[in-house]
Amino acid sequence: MDPLQMRKVAMRSIAGATAVAASLSLVACGGGEQASGDFDGEVKVGILHSRSGTMAISENTVAEAELMAIDEINAKGGVTVDGKKLKIVPVEEDGASDWPTFAEKAKKLIDQDQVAVVFGGWTSASRKAMLPVFEAKDHFLFYPIQYEGQECSKNIFYSGAAPNQQAEPAVDWLLKNKGKDFFLVGSDYVYPRTANTIMKEQLKANGGKVVGEDYLPLGNTEVAPIIAKIKQALPKGGVIVNTLNGDSNVAFFKQMKAAGITPANGYSIMSFSIAEEEIAAIGPEYLEGTYAAWNYFQSLDTPASKEFTKNFKAKYGDKRVTNDPAEAAYMMVYLWAAAAEKANSVDDNKVREALIGVSFDAPEGKVTVQPNHHVEKLVLIGEVQKDGMFKILENKGFVKPLAWNQYVPETKGYTCDWTQKRPDAGKYKM
Amino acid sequence: MDLLYDTLFNGLAIGSVLVLAALGLAVVFGLMGVINMAHGELMMLGAYTTFVVQNIFKAVLPDALFPIYILVAIPLAFLVSGLAGLLLEKTVIRRLYGRPLETLLATWGVSLILQQFVRSVSSAFAIGLVLAVAGGLLIPRFTPKAWWQQRWTPLLGTGSWIVSGAVGIAIASALGNQRALDQPWFSARNIDVTAPTWLRGSIDVGAVNMPAARLFIIALTVIALVAVSWFLQKSVWGMRIRAVTQNRPMSDCLGIPTEKVDALTFLIGSGLAGVAGVAVTLLGSVGPNLGGNYIVDCFMVVVLGGVGKLAGTVLAALGIGVLSYIVGSGSLLLVWPAMPAGLNDLITFFATTSMAKVLVFALIVVFLQIRPAGLFPQKGRMVEA
Repeated sequence: MDPLQMRKVAMRSIAGATAVAASLSLVACGGGEQASGDFDGEVKVGILHSRSGTMAISENTVAEAELMAIDEINAKGGVTVDGKKLKIVPVEEDGASDWPTFAEKAKKLIDQDQVAVVFGGWTSASRKAMLPVFEAKDHFLFYPIQYEGQECSKNIFYSGAAPNQQAEPAVDWLLKNKGKDFFLVGSDYVYPRTANTIMKEQLKANGGKVVGEDYLPLGNTEVAPIIAKIKQALPKGGVIVNTLNGDSNVAFFKQMKAAGITPANGYSIMSFSIAEEEIAAIGPEYLEGTYAAWNYFQSLDTPASKEFTKNFKAKYGDKRVTNDPAEAAYMMVYLWAAAAEKANSVDDNKVREALIGVSFDAPEGKVTVQPNHHVEKLVLIGEVQKDGMFKILENKGFVKPLAWNQYVPETKGYTCDWTQKRPDAGKYKM
Repeated sequence: MDLLYDTLFNGLAIGSVLVLAALGLAVVFGLMGVINMAHGELMMLGAYTTFVVQNIFKAVLPDALFPIYILVAIPLAFLVSGLAGLLLEKTVIRRLYGRPLETLLATWGVSLILQQFVRSVSSAFAIGLVLAVAGGLLIPRFTPKAWWQQRWTPLLGTGSWIVSGAVGIAIASALGNQRALDQPWFSARNIDVTAPTWLRGSIDVGAVNMPAARLFIIALTVIALVAVSWFLQKSVWGMRIRAVTQNRPMSDCLGIPTEKVDALTFLIGSGLAGVAGVAVTLLGSVGPNLGGNYIVDCFMVVVLGGVGKLAGTVLAALGIGVLSYIVGSGSLLLVWPAMPAGLNDLITFFATTSMAKVLVFALIVVFLQIRPAGLFPQKGRMVEA
């Protein structure tokens, strides 16, 4: 099968080259490639996501959003550094849903391809695997996914939400509007366990109560015991916070619906890993009426958001949807390009310094990179509708990110500020 | 008392999924001794068949018929997976009988191919593939007979496959430039199989809440079990299968067409995997990786039950179902609320789904130490070890 694929790609690129040559005058408005003659040079950037394996479903969209941003920037003349127009050339690698592979490919991108920056990762496990590589080589990773926080590396920028930009406001909202009794369900790995630890502390501090907690191995689809526990703990309805990842979500929602644990029966279900893409895969009829907290929804009614979705659909097909991770991935390419122009260099050290304070009019609104390498983001709570889109219930405005969690006793009072010239700038007491 | 019924029902519900998923494997592994790692992928093919049937009902047939699509999908999934299994037997497994390690590796390879197949199959791809296979099979028919009795004939055979393969690839790439033909049918994304409304609700019997999908799966499992045991015990071919299982050379001598028996057994086992694939669409996600979620459980059930015995498979699956429900839901605490603190902590510790799985696996390992051949070991003299 492989040779066939390769031939296909080869044939397609030949055809593609001819098409580009034939329609040089047309591409400028199409947002496609430009003839390299317009540029004074090139700058290579790495794109490192799982294009195969379990995570491919989610990570493909993110990689596609990054490639779209690169194409758009190139169509507008690339990155201008030192009076030269540089074309951004993506070098794509496949992390294959395997965490050591992520580290290995990151090494390859840095040493062999000498990229200026790597955009990549999805799971926290893949980020944790790449982190030592980027720190040892003092290089530069841009990571686009909402995550559990408790990390602040000099070599990583985080364009997804920290817990205080997603989980914490969501729990506050639930406490205020939906009830005090919480049941926590998650996949059995680092993100759900850390997120739930934070949530438990937060509930303790704000008068909520955890009535039960359960973890499902990644990929497990037998949720009957969890449903039984939810029924015991919350017989008359209550709040369920879901941090399941991947396929288990489908099993969870299908079987919950069959067992009558639905919004109609008084259960408020909030998910942290379900965006438009996942809704389409699970089926909106199972999710209708449940909630999610994100920094961006496709239904966000602003011109920038509509433009983003329109361009994404035009490029990748009408049935495709945009979502929060794709938006974060898209913005980080722009943030990097803006910082390179500000630094007047593509050198990774200079760009990292320049990035702090850089703003971009992202689809969610104007986002700004903070001294702790995270991004100030819009916080939204939405409800799933029949058509698989979100109705925005609450807009909490822009929230500044906190890398170290203030509810967890071990990190309470700590902060991170890379503009400080001190050895422990990544984690020090305020 | 309610708790007892509740536990029994939920244990039965979990167990019946395991029985259904493992039944096909019990047939091919138990009766033929073939370690079929592609069993999960045959289930996946069944699930994808359900998806296709569902879409055909949605697009072509009147809405009133939609609720019965799942009933139509069952025989079709049996057929699709069964034929895929037959092809697998004819092309790969047949050449590897009696070499379990090679079979394991080969079927694992097949499982990867099947996963990638559903990810990348598009119209262009399918046309190229069909042309390549048809070419490889037909070239020998349309070339002079004399060519096929030469010293270089093996080269010709390989050559014809290479030529037809190249033609297939060329056609697939040429067609791949057409956007309409290049669209993958399913792609790597998970697909949405929606249960008809009558399978989405639940029925309350006393204090026990019974989801309709679970009842449907239990019924399907019972029907499949009855059908398979009737087939094996009463039908002529079933008798032949059992004869071959017990003593292959003797059966051969007595005129039983053992090759046909092998093919049939594999077809039935694979078809049952397809039926299980239909059932699991009601519970979980449908994607290229579906098989991987079930394959370990399937082998666990068959090995625990005792290779070669359907009754063992059933008992093992139900046992695992009830046990994982009792441990995972922590319902022991409800029965005996005044439990000593130490025990209470221990049970609470194991009362999460992932820890319950660990405990169940550990118990199975201990059990197999005591009874290595499983619950119902094969009795009698076996000529083939």
